[in-house]
Amino acid sequence: MTPMQKLLQLPVNAMNMVKTAQDQMGQQDEAKSPVMTPDGGNHNWYNGEPNDPRHIRFGSGGGDQEERAHLEEGGGSLSSLVTQPLRHDDLKEMLDSNKDSLKLEAMKRIVAMIARGKNASDLFPAVVKNVACKNIEVKKLVYVYLVRYAEEQQDLALLSISTFQRGLKDPNQLIRASALRVLSSIRVTIIVPIMMLAIKEAASDMSPYVRKTAAHAIPKLYSLDPEQKDCLIEVIEKLLADKTTLVAGSVVMAFEEVCPERIDLIHKNYRKLCNLLIDVEEWGQVVIINMLTRYARTQFLNPNMNESLLEEGGGEKAFYGSDNDDDTDDEEDKEEKEKKKTEATAIVKRKPYVMDPDHRLLLRNTKPLLQSRNAAVVMAVAQLYFHLAPKAEVGVIAKALVRLMRSHSEVQYVVLQNVATMSIKRRGMFEPYLKSFYIRSTDPTQIKVLKLEVLTNLANETNISTILREFQTYIKSNDKDFVAATIQAIGRCATNIGEVRDTCLNGLVQLLSNRDELVVAESVVVIKKLLQMQPEQHSDIIKHMAKLTDNIQVPMARASILWLIGEYCEHVPKIAPDVLRKMAKTFTNEEDIVKLQIINLAAKLYLTNSKQTKLLTQYVLNLAKYDQNYDIRDRARFIRQLIVPTDKSGALSKYAKKLFLALKPAPVLESPFKDRDHFQLGSLSHLLNAKAGGYQVLPDWPEAAPDPSVRNVEVKESVITLLERVTTLTSVPEWTKCSSREKRKEKKADKPFYSDSEGESGPTESADSASDTASGSESGSGSEESGSGSESEESNEESESASEEDEEEEGKKKKKNVEKIKARKPVPESESEPSSGEEVKKSEKKSKPRIGSSESESEEDDDSESESSESEEESEEESEEETKKKKKTTASKPPSKPPKKENKKEKKEMSLLDFDDFDPAPSPSQVTPLNNFLSSSLVTDLEGLSLTDNVLSPTTIVPSGNLKTYELLHRITGEGLSVEYCFSRQPFSPDLHMVAVKIQFTNSATSEAKSLHVEDAKLQSGMRIKEFPEIEVLPAGETVSVVMGIDFCDSTQAANFQLCTHTRKFFVSIQPPVGELMMPIFMTENEFKKEQETLLQSLGQLMGMNEITEKLTLEEKCQGEHAVVQRVTTAANLSRVPCGSDKECRFAGKTVTSGSLVLVSVVTKEDGAAQLTVNCEKMVIGTMLVKDILQALTQ
Amino acid sequence: MINSLFLINPSGEIFLEKHWKSVVSRSVCDYFLEAKEKALEPEDVPPVIHTPHHYLISIYRDKLFFLSVIQTEVPPLFVIEFLHRVAEMIQDYFGECSETVVKDHMVMVYELLEEMLDNGFPLATESNVLKEMIRPPTILRSVVNTLTGTSNVGDTFPTGQLSTIPWRRAGVRYTNNEAYFDVVEEIDAILDQSGTTVFAEIQGVVEACVKLSGMPDLTLSFMNPRLLDDVSFHPCVRYKLWESERVLSFIPPDGNFTLMTYHVNAQNLVAIPVYVKQSISFFECGSDGRLDVTVGPKQTMGKTVEGVMVTVHLPKTILSINLTATQGSYTYDNGTKLLVWDIGKLNPQKLPNLRGSLSLQAGAPKPEENPSLNIDLNIQQLAISGLKVNRLDMFGEKYKPFKGVKYITKAGKFQVRT
Repeated sequence: MTPMQKLLQLPVNAMNMVKTAQDQMGQQDEAKSPVMTPDGGNHNWYNGEPNDPRHIRFGSGGGDQEERAHLEEGGGSLSSLVTQPLRHDDLKEMLDSNKDSLKLEAMKRIVAMIARGKNASDLFPAVVKNVACKNIEVKKLVYVYLVRYAEEQQDLALLSISTFQRGLKDPNQLIRASALRVLSSIRVTIIVPIMMLAIKEAASDMSPYVRKTAAHAIPKLYSLDPEQKDCLIEVIEKLLADKTTLVAGSVVMAFEEVCPERIDLIHKNYRKLCNLLIDVEEWGQVVIINMLTRYARTQFLNPNMNESLLEEGGGEKAFYGSDNDDDTDDEEDKEEKEKKKTEATAIVKRKPYVMDPDHRLLLRNTKPLLQSRNAAVVMAVAQLYFHLAPKAEVGVIAKALVRLMRSHSEVQYVVLQNVATMSIKRRGMFEPYLKSFYIRSTDPTQIKVLKLEVLTNLANETNISTILREFQTYIKSNDKDFVAATIQAIGRCATNIGEVRDTCLNGLVQLLSNRDELVVAESVVVIKKLLQMQPEQHSDIIKHMAKLTDNIQVPMARASILWLIGEYCEHVPKIAPDVLRKMAKTFTNEEDIVKLQIINLAAKLYLTNSKQTKLLTQYVLNLAKYDQNYDIRDRARFIRQLIVPTDKSGALSKYAKKLFLALKPAPVLESPFKDRDHFQLGSLSHLLNAKAGGYQVLPDWPEAAPDPSVRNVEVKESVITLLERVTTLTSVPEWTKCSSREKRKEKKADKPFYSDSEGESGPTESADSASDTASGSESGSGSEESGSGSESEESNEESESASEEDEEEEGKKKKKNVEKIKARKPVPESESEPSSGEEVKKSEKKSKPRIGSSESESEEDDDSESESSESEEESEEESEEETKKKKKTTASKPPSKPPKKENKKEKKEMSLLDFDDFDPAPSPSQVTPLNNFLSSSLVTDLEGLSLTDNVLSPTTIVPSGNLKTYELLHRITGEGLSVEYCFSRQPFSPDLHMVAVKIQFTNSATSEAKSLHVEDAKLQSGMRIKEFPEIEVLPAGETVSVVMGIDFCDSTQAANFQLCTHTRKFFVSIQPPVGELMMPIFMTENEFKKEQETLLQSLGQLMGMNEITEKLTLEEKCQGEHAVVQRVTTAANLSRVPCGSDKECRFAGKTVTSGSLVLVSVVTKEDGAAQLTVNCEKMVIGTMLVKDILQALTQ
Repeated sequence: MINSLFLINPSGEIFLEKHWKSVVSRSVCDYFLEAKEKALEPEDVPPVIHTPHHYLISIYRDKLFFLSVIQTEVPPLFVIEFLHRVAEMIQDYFGECSETVVKDHMVMVYELLEEMLDNGFPLATESNVLKEMIRPPTILRSVVNTLTGTSNVGDTFPTGQLSTIPWRRAGVRYTNNEAYFDVVEEIDAILDQSGTTVFAEIQGVVEACVKLSGMPDLTLSFMNPRLLDDVSFHPCVRYKLWESERVLSFIPPDGNFTLMTYHVNAQNLVAIPVYVKQSISFFECGSDGRLDVTVGPKQTMGKTVEGVMVTVHLPKTILSINLTATQGSYTYDNGTKLLVWDIGKLNPQKLPNLRGSLSLQAGAPKPEENPSLNIDLNIQQLAISGLKVNRLDMFGEKYKPFKGVKYITKAGKFQVRT
């Protein structure tokens, strides 16, 4: 505290000091020169007329230096001010005045000076006094000044600190934030402790905006004093846990600047960051995505490690292909090599690749950002996909990148650089967009060259003719650099694609007669490289080129021709000596590289045709001997010794022929962008192809994935509150269910033992299908996610309860199918008129996955998942020895996996809901959109509700005891313990804000289950669970029901917890249909109308309730009032409001947690037309409910 | 992140500098100025320059260079995108982005820059937020300011920064509530000598001008959203809804903004609204050449093609030209060798034609390549792709807004090779 106290006291003293200094100076000024009036010539200051004499005096750089020197020695003290009394007097005067307008004018001029880069540091004392000025604009400008000059005048800057410290305590969050912002921007080392304190405090501020500012302040402090790193990391860790989108981007930016190596800090926040991403502001998105790319590279496995296998046959066949591996007909050698490598590892491992759900989460949540308007965001996502996505999915980024090509030329430049790198690795991705890379004459040269690069990379047998035709037009361009680049590009195409080599060569030869020398020269160089590949066939071209030596002046081209002739002199035995003769004549006038080649040519000819060329060679060597360039002299001497046999000639001369006429390998024309992808794409380092300062290397994929459980987030508080509540529980009904997901997982492990269907799909297949199922359920709207979870649960549960015996008789494999059939059953049943015939029909349809539009989804999901499990099991059987090993791995996985998936879903859903719900104030009634948006998933999500009865509503006619049950834990998974649950629709007496869930345990194992209890609940914030009292013993064959309470917080997110027995723990989750989140209340018709009225009126206000109206056509069976009432009450826990007219049915209820009113009315018209109106304060609930009821009524 | 910003005019004068971290001497710009000297055109200056201690990332826009200095690794597009935002912000505030404008509003630009970045990291880039903090100048306000001595700095706090919809100001009130949408489509095409299409695509943009009170929530739907192949949105648009329902649902920013850009499905053939018959030839022997260009309407869907303009960069060796136009007028700048023929409206009955002779510098060889023609045109009330807005619904507010949609087709990068 002491330094702070000192600082706090400092201002007063310092202020006095300045005052006196000012006063003295002021007096002197008055004595010396008349003070200029503000409106006089001074105005020029502001406008910055360069002819102002005073500008000339100290406006230039030299003047600045001088001034600064003064200030530094004098520290703004009297002496320096006295020596230049005229400077800025007027401004000082104005700053000292009492009028705000004068101060403002002065500050504006000063800031204008700063903006123009003029030095205004000598005004520091005068300006800093105004830091406490009341006028907000003056204050802002003073801040601007302070931030700019505080570094140079540290002592005086301290005067202002107390003002900011006061600001830090201000009740207004924006003042707190701006005080922190300026305080942290003052680069004065002495205030580091103050800054540190301020940052720490701000990091736990209530306002997210202040916390954001704190995040911004962290790198500032770090750059000022790197020793604070440890403390700052603590703050970063704290802020990383922040749940608001406002903070996320800024804190990740701080993380990247301060401690990018502390990847471990991200674990706990990974899922949150993924889920928040879409709502973070665009700049934050870029930083987060780049960081997550790095993170993912350290935490997940390479999704392409099995890519070779995948490529061969795709799907199941891929597996047979292990011996065909060598036949891959990809032309790119590199890729092949790579493949082999990965293949090798794949074979060694033979471990099916299953994408970590967190990996998938990242890919899924970043994908929509490809649609961002911000090029940097798009690029960030593109590089993320390029570096992290399975090969098959990378393609999605191409379209977005091509879109960026229409943007400003700088954007194009950067994007093209990245596309060039990508197109080498993944050519297929950009092939469809080939034409987008066509060059216009108006493109800047650098863009043209890059486009050319991309076109060359994309060239293959099929499109080469179009590309070459395009190139032909480019060759005619006036931009010679571009033409040269085009010729090189043609050369590269020719080397890469054998079929067109001759065509290209002919084209290039034609260019040799071009009038432009540069074009010719470039062609010669490229032809030289091409000829090197197959010289025998092209002696006429060589002859043609020999003729060119008379005309071409470009040294590089001449040198190339000479080299060619020398190298292939055997093909042109007559011409070669003649060329040498000509060259010998002009030797002295040639450029150095040409001279060297002449010597080479002479030497080669001497060795092959010494009769004709002996003298010529001697002559050339003699000329070279006296050349000015020592390289040439050296070369001549060396060659003479080597080729001309003398007495003294060493042992080497024997090998002269070998030395000179050795076969030279043809050059490989490579793209300059090859292998650039070891730099993270989109980064500055990638662009420069050199490591930039502060670049974080993109790590290689790990061999084995690190423990994924580090990303699990625990919610401890809720568990504690739960434990407290357990004691109050009274009723003990039974339960029997488990999470379907978990069950499935277990099945995966079990199945191989029972089924022996084609066991060939292998690791690749499962990798594929795993990702497929994931993407299948994920790619749709996010809410579908949440839906799918519950759907599959439903279907399984239902099947489970209904088909216990079946299962035992039938093989496990068949069971799946049975389940599918059964899964459909409850729907018709619930639809009030269950006819056995219908049921049969439905079950007959089992092979056709789609029955009702709503069902199709759940079934698809189901199907695909079962497929995935099948495929996995198949893979496991494929090699007997590994089965056991694998079984272990798969079996050990389930416990950790299900909660993860669940978590993910839940979060996803949250972000979705937030997405529309983010600001309750501004968007109260955007009803229809949300409605539509949730439609696909919720329909199925809520389907399960249809059978529950409504105890409290007197008018419902739902047969009680028909509560729809869901499976929580399957018998197989639970090792004999099966658990089911249903929503009992009874008020939960210990806490009325909770939804009562009746859980029924059935112990079908041979031994008794002990100490059944709930543990380790992982809940969304705000959600609570009241556990049932522990069941101490459940004997074999017995069934027990208990009731537990869950406060879902009026959301349909799942409650996840562990169900523990004395031996095992099972991860389970309960997801409520929206209709169960409410309880009925009784109302009269008038009350109903009144409530509805008030709701509608409050609609104008932002916090008002919503009304959602939908038109629908009632199904035939459901056209009576009776049927309508029944269906609505089955779908949602509402009570009927008595009503006079039989055309109208009204229902009322309130949400369990917050008690918000839910009003539903159905007005029927003729021909089954009806109108459904839902009023609910909770927009999300309302929309979901509409969908639900709509479904109940129309099916 | 971004360390400093320099604004440089085409002649190389640095007329504004702003530092967000420690001051970087402006001598760092010398590297840039050197590169600029080397480049033939301002566009040819490399956007990223590596100097011993810094990296310079620059954009060229509206005849100004925006040069940023950075010290450590940062995605280049991040910087480039930000610099463009700065230019757009200046444009938005002062109506245009030019040296004069910046010099006239030096202090305000400086203040804006101060707000846009904090320690080199973007803080407030949304125009609605900025305008709340620093009010844009209007004639009325500047009069009031001079009379009363008040200023442009907002006395309210930027509450927009606190909200999760930072793009919209709070408490907007209008007497006339209106929402206008312009669907502007641009045809990018390359036609070859014979008039066949080498490449053509349609890029569209929906520009919005929304002046609605309160917090409206809009939903814009199209008749034929399937046409849209690739889209990008203003951050206000809800991605998921687009994905599932193909509607644009958003709480709009206040004022003008670009709602979305799109690319029309490549499968659809692009209707090319005009054809160009041209012949430019140079005689081998004499130092002479001929130019003959005719423009006519092709697939115009019954609309008139307006604002037709043909721009030709003639070869450097041209000495003078002597042309006659049957319609419109042409200008020729002998310095830049730029020929601009402003035709105006296309009349199908009487096709505009430009012909005459070109004379080359004595002794100069015949130019290798004939110059390509760049065509400019616009067609009112037509979206060439056939895209149609179905309806616009508003939720969240009670008043009835005035709604309007306008369609325009323009030529984008429309080039005819000769």
